[in-house]
Amino acid sequence: MWSYAFKRAGTTAVTLLAASIIIFAFIHIVPGDPIYVLLGDTATPDQIDALRHQLGLDQPIILQYLTWAGHVLEGDLGRSIFFQAPVLSVIADGAETSTLLATMTMIWVAVIGVPIGMIAAVRHGTWLDQGLSGAAMLMASIPTFWVGLYLILIFAAWLGWFPSSGYPSIFEGGVVNLRYLVLPSLALAAPNAALILRLTRASMLDVSREDYVRTARAKGIRPWQVVRRHIWRNALLAVVSAFGFTFAALLSEAVVTETVFALPGIGRLVVQSILRRDYPVIQGVILVIVVVYLLINLIVDLSYRLLDPRVELQ
Amino acid sequence: MSSNSATLWLRPFLARPVALAGLGVLLATVLAAIFAPWLSPYDPYAIDPLIRLTPPNVTHWFGTDQFGRDTLSRTIHSARMALLIGSGVVVFALATGVPAGVLSALFPRLGHLLMRMVDVLMAFPTLLLALGLIVILSPSVATVILAIGIGYMTTTTRIVYGLTLRLRAETYVEASRSMGAGAAWLISRHILPNLVSPLLVQASFVFAFAQLGAASLDFLGLGAPPDIPSWGNMLAESRTFITRAPWLLFFPGMMIVATAFSLNLVGDALRDRLDPRLRQVFGEKG
Repeated sequence: MWSYAFKRAGTTAVTLLAASIIIFAFIHIVPGDPIYVLLGDTATPDQIDALRHQLGLDQPIILQYLTWAGHVLEGDLGRSIFFQAPVLSVIADGAETSTLLATMTMIWVAVIGVPIGMIAAVRHGTWLDQGLSGAAMLMASIPTFWVGLYLILIFAAWLGWFPSSGYPSIFEGGVVNLRYLVLPSLALAAPNAALILRLTRASMLDVSREDYVRTARAKGIRPWQVVRRHIWRNALLAVVSAFGFTFAALLSEAVVTETVFALPGIGRLVVQSILRRDYPVIQGVILVIVVVYLLINLIVDLSYRLLDPRVELQ
Repeated sequence: MSSNSATLWLRPFLARPVALAGLGVLLATVLAAIFAPWLSPYDPYAIDPLIRLTPPNVTHWFGTDQFGRDTLSRTIHSARMALLIGSGVVVFALATGVPAGVLSALFPRLGHLLMRMVDVLMAFPTLLLALGLIVILSPSVATVILAIGIGYMTTTTRIVYGLTLRLRAETYVEASRSMGAGAAWLISRHILPNLVSPLLVQASFVFAFAQLGAASLDFLGLGAPPDIPSWGNMLAESRTFITRAPWLLFFPGMMIVATAFSLNLVGDALRDRLDPRLRQVFGEKG
């Protein structure tokens, strides 16, 4: 187990290193001199010279990368042109909204996707299964922002049950502010719940073809008991690991949803930074999301093998 | 194509009425795109301030937008952008992913390097990768195709790589090799023909996700140039009028759902019927 864990962590580190080179290169590939990019259009020649010297842009590119990577490791992701503040603190401001939105979305995904997927699997091949599977495919084919807009129309504009946009921090207004996240998390949950539903169903059908399930059935154990004690527990493992991947993917998928609902999260920050040409922020967010994405994948992968000793350790 | 192989390709759909309906929707969309100027009752760009935001009626079946433009005509014309971007993404993903996957499987050293590069690209979530590319490249339809396509290039490469590895281990391929067949012969006679069915399945799923991806980018104002009618652009332009004119967002949104859903249905039917072994590759069972 440990040798596998070290190997797997090593692969992640190498991938991260390669990804960091791409992310570093990003600000140099962006159209225009990086100095103008960093200072904005209003910079004076003095400021340009000062920053060029300060950033060491006259040095070889490899040295520049090492300097940048060193700063990143110390938590210095550069400064935002628009906010005139450290990129890390700008991202931290959006972290609360994005994390809560992703968590709430995952709750919907679990509550909707898993039980319905189980029902479809138990009723495999019936019209109920076909209907539920078809509905899942339909849900996966609907753009989240379109769902979001109609949720706003119906539940905010017409019925007035939930606020239509924005999110004031729960640390200032209390837990009731979570009601701002109900509609966005539902919109974001729809396609992901559909995927988990299909996965739960597929995973349960997979397990139900195993020999030990046939043996259990042959022993005369009630069908319900077979599902609960033999199929469900083993099928759950694949589903739980998919939760990790889904959560990691949500951080970037939320870009569109946060824009529709005007939520002050990391996703909307990216879109606004693109429109403002605030390149250091875009670079910082991409870096943070890639790191989180890789870390979650690593944790899921390791815990998967820890939970199920049968999984082959390479 | 002989009549025999035509029935073979149609068979998966005949068994499933829903998939047949999906195929019908796609055919209608293609026809709408081709004959858009003749099918549209009005000029999709014609502005008429006197009839702003009229609800659906006899003269304007889908109503009019905030500039008094005919929504039906714009919805029909948007099918062109949907097909252009969808097929562009599919062609890009296949043109890059198939050679990369096949060569990686046949030449392990090259494969090792290429698959590590795929791993690195896959560390970037698809939408994030698309946004990063859009920042670097100037906004255009080609940029959108590339930005969305690069995310599916990696998944296609992986699928083709896995399939080719499996094919390479088949007895008949080994026999052919032992008789002195070169890489070109193996690829053209044994590998590519066997990749056709799985790639057709992959293409329909990629086409479906490209629809949703392009709509998202349009909606964020980072997709197709705003003067071109597309379903995503129509939604982006009309979103502030949703309370006054809810129908404006209904028709373009329904078209996105209808095409993406149909493509998923078709992909599903093809996967299940053309080659049952494919279920393992695409991770779905039953």
